Amino acid sequence: MPSPLHLSAYTMTSALGAGLAPTLEALRQQRSGVRSTRWETVDLDTCLGEVQGLDDFRLREDLAAFDCRNNRLAQWGLEQDDFVLAVREAMQRHGAERIGVFLGTSTSGILSSELAYRQRDAATGAFTVPLDYQHTHNSYSVADFVRSYFGLTGPAFVVSTACSSSAKVFGNAQRLMDCGLIDAAIVGGVDSLCLTTLYGFNSLQLVSARPCRPFDAGRDGISIGEAAAFALVERTERAAPGAIVMSGIGESSDAHHMSSPHPEGLGARAAMQQALAMAGLQPSQIDYINLHGTATPSNDAAEDKAVSAMFGTATPSSSTKGHTGHTLGAAGGIEAVICALALQHGLAPGGCGTETLDPKLQSRYLLSNLEQPLRHVLSNSFGFGGSNCSMVLSRVEA
Amino acid sequence: MSQLQVHVQGVGVYGPGLSGWQQAAEVLAGRMPFGMTPISLPPAEALPPAERRRAGVSIKLAFAAGFDAIRQAGADPARLRSVFTSTGGDCDNCHAILETLASADRAVSPTRFHNSVHNAPSGYWGIATACRATSTSLCAYDGSFAAGLLEAASQVVSAGEACLLLAYDSPYPDPLGQVRGIPYPFGVGLVLSPAPVAAHAATLRLSLGRQEPSRLPDPALEAMRHSVPAARCLPLLQHLAQGRSGRVSLDYLDGMALDVDIRYAA
Repeated sequence: MPSPLHLSAYTMTSALGAGLAPTLEALRQQRSGVRSTRWETVDLDTCLGEVQGLDDFRLREDLAAFDCRNNRLAQWGLEQDDFVLAVREAMQRHGAERIGVFLGTSTSGILSSELAYRQRDAATGAFTVPLDYQHTHNSYSVADFVRSYFGLTGPAFVVSTACSSSAKVFGNAQRLMDCGLIDAAIVGGVDSLCLTTLYGFNSLQLVSARPCRPFDAGRDGISIGEAAAFALVERTERAAPGAIVMSGIGESSDAHHMSSPHPEGLGARAAMQQALAMAGLQPSQIDYINLHGTATPSNDAAEDKAVSAMFGTATPSSSTKGHTGHTLGAAGGIEAVICALALQHGLAPGGCGTETLDPKLQSRYLLSNLEQPLRHVLSNSFGFGGSNCSMVLSRVEA
Repeated sequence: MSQLQVHVQGVGVYGPGLSGWQQAAEVLAGRMPFGMTPISLPPAEALPPAERRRAGVSIKLAFAAGFDAIRQAGADPARLRSVFTSTGGDCDNCHAILETLASADRAVSPTRFHNSVHNAPSGYWGIATACRATSTSLCAYDGSFAAGLLEAASQVVSAGEACLLLAYDSPYPDPLGQVRGIPYPFGVGLVLSPAPVAAHAATLRLSLGRQEPSRLPDPALEAMRHSVPAARCLPLLQHLAQGRSGRVSLDYLDGMALDVDIRYAA
């Protein structure tokens, strides 16, 4: 069985703010960062979880080739909570070639190509503005950026499995560490606003006109957000009491449909079962479940079936997509960080936006915060194409 | 341990002049001449007809290489873990969405949108083969094949189960084709297993190194290797076609190669 991963440093930046402090504060106050707003040229009736001020953020000068909204968010995210310092110390301990970079994203810097396509030559169809495809649009760009930011020389790649992307990277790091190829890794994910996802999800009629309401009787779709999440993961030798570890992860496929989940949540159950088995835990030992909880009618119903079948109806659960919006390829990463905060502070966060629970759903969905010590929590991430990932995070006991 | 050891159970490949492993092995072993005839892809088998009609090049490539590899391996696709790796996903589809978003009416087609996710071939593969096993989809720009091989091998070693690796790339239409020039489609599949399943199977030992990537003696094959990220596998495939032990270095990241030591039991 693969070994647990110690999250020796972690941070996130989302519509709730930059870094852990504003995130925790927003969770404590059940404050949402999703609001009705104008962004770019979008003419849809929708609400967004936008990271305020991102347009004005400047990339480090020597990394200018990577300049795009996604990599700006990546750098802003990296530079919170002394995360950069933690990575530099890990480089001293292990060497730059022994640290991997595995990040999730769904759209990377595609906004750069969206903008360039608006300025094509009418006669020839050629671009009239420069476009650095490799360093912006290509999915690998964000891992390349983070690797270049630190001067790391270990293995790297991007996982792009829609909304499970930045959860699955914890598994990639765990496997390569277990095989002895690396001693540490930067994992997480970055996804930023772009027209592709806004108009794409709108075409599938999956976007709500108001801030999303996971598990609410009147839920009618997602709110799209943007975020960056990073964790430095290492072996558990240095994990002191109180430290956070990823103790189990499970990955599965739905084999059902490209854009709707298996109605009984069979793939989701397989992922949750594997995660528990790797952690060596029974369902009753899970103290809180951070649901995928997108707030579309079918997703929440399928997840509720899977969760209540495995855990019964007493385990406190909630979706934090009401706080941050659905940050797509970054969702698994930020929800892992939120779970780490929950474990650290004994806070099972109540959802935002949800008022009247759907009586057809059976899970114990928290409408208000529950403050009590937490030992093991589960985070679910289920993506388009039927890509499922569940992760158990645990607090090391004294 | 800083080496990953896996066994090759089956190979599949489709590209210009390469049409399935049996024919491609003859070419790569030097028993048949290589000619740059345009790629000819079978329809994406086992997909429901509606999905099959709408399948783009990346799905067709992944399916063609995947079923070819599975047939060589005699493996059951419903139980196989899988790793999909590609530098750009469905490039035609991406271009079409970008054109729509730049137009006055931004109504993106729902099918185009769900086919735009990098893991679309993986999703369709699961649907077609009724496989609920772990599947992931990766990208490492020009190093995507090596990244996928590394991930697939680590899956095999850590789970003690076989894994299907699929690497595929296709061209972008212009203007993206001008900034990311991939001249033609290429797809490769490898079924990797934790124990040798046949006496003649090759054993691969993977490690990270700093060597220059291995090149191919045939200039046309070398040009293909150099111009399509998925075709960076060709030095490895050539050894497998020739049944020859040896060592190759595959392009991965700046200053880093994936070294593959290929051994046949005596």
